[in-house]
Amino acid sequence: MPSPTHPLASMIPWQISTASDSRTKMAKTSRLCSLLLRLLAAAATLCAAVVMATSRDSTTIFGLTLDAKFQYTPSFEFFVVANAVGCGYTLLVLFVPPTTSLSRLVIVFDVTVAMLLTAATAAAGAMAQVGKKGNSHAGWMPICGQVPSFCDHVTGALICAFVGVIAYFLIVLHTIYTLLSPLFP
Amino acid sequence: MATENGKQAEAESRQSQPKSKLLLSLRLAAVLATATATVVMTLNKQSTRMAVAVVGTSPILQTFTAAFQQTPAFVYFVIANAIASLYNLLVLLLRPFLKAKPHDILVHLLDEVIFALVATGAAAAASMAELGKNGNVHARWNPICDRFEAFCIRGGLALMASFAGALLLLLMNAFSTFTLHKSVLSQD
Repeated sequence: MPSPTHPLASMIPWQISTASDSRTKMAKTSRLCSLLLRLLAAAATLCAAVVMATSRDSTTIFGLTLDAKFQYTPSFEFFVVANAVGCGYTLLVLFVPPTTSLSRLVIVFDVTVAMLLTAATAAAGAMAQVGKKGNSHAGWMPICGQVPSFCDHVTGALICAFVGVIAYFLIVLHTIYTLLSPLFP
Repeated sequence: MATENGKQAEAESRQSQPKSKLLLSLRLAAVLATATATVVMTLNKQSTRMAVAVVGTSPILQTFTAAFQQTPAFVYFVIANAIASLYNLLVLLLRPFLKAKPHDILVHLLDEVIFALVATGAAAAASMAELGKNGNVHARWNPICDRFEAFCIRGGLALMASFAGALLLLLMNAFSTFTLHKSVLSQD
């Protein structure tokens, strides 16, 4: 009779137990969940970056041309770059095998990229609020009345970025849950 | 066997002493940083008198005020940093009551949320500060820092304090995740 630590022990049918079956099933569901969340995050961040990058409008008032592009505002540039980095990182991480030491590094980078995306969304949101409402105390007029297409693009990009941020938040929560699962009752 | 377990527990508690001291000092530093940011931005107000028109030879002066309430991003900045400093202060004061494992996990999760709050507040305020300093030529928004210099300097200091607080909260989060993970590994 081969001992339990024998290399051929895994081939013996009566060694397989039902407890490990349910564990592998749960691990598979968890992997599928993580994959779906990462695909959602990649799609949302790609959408946000592309919509913001294609935002452009111009209008002519009294012979003066008012041009609105995302490159004119550093916050929007940061937004595009951050979402592009987030999308690229998410697609790259999909190819990392789950239980190696590289996956521990992925957890750290996940939190970093989530923070990057939230900061970019916050900065672009602040700028969009000034563009829509203006600031009467500083003498800054709102521009959304003159360049409505630009404002619509920025709004759409912000919505996509929020979806991406929520998806990354869920990814981080999921990672914490699977990592610290022995601690939960 | 019993002496072995006892020695292991003693070694663990000796090992966790400098770690808990480090977490405590990080949390205290974060309280100070976020409280500084809140207070400096709240008291950030400047009024100047400028000439708006000239009647004959005498100019008509009008008082213009720059305050943090005029910009929603700065209001959010103040609120976020206030919440963060109060939360960390509360956790510091309630430390003797939060020794159980579920309390540890709850504090860790709330720490992550509070860090996100501070980071977004600092990001939004930084984008507004950049706009106030450089203006935006294409939208015909003039910079205000040349007129309200003290307002800008104080705002900058508050922003630096908030960024320092965010960094400290990040280090604290990373460290506490590491120690929680270690304790999970040692339990298996």
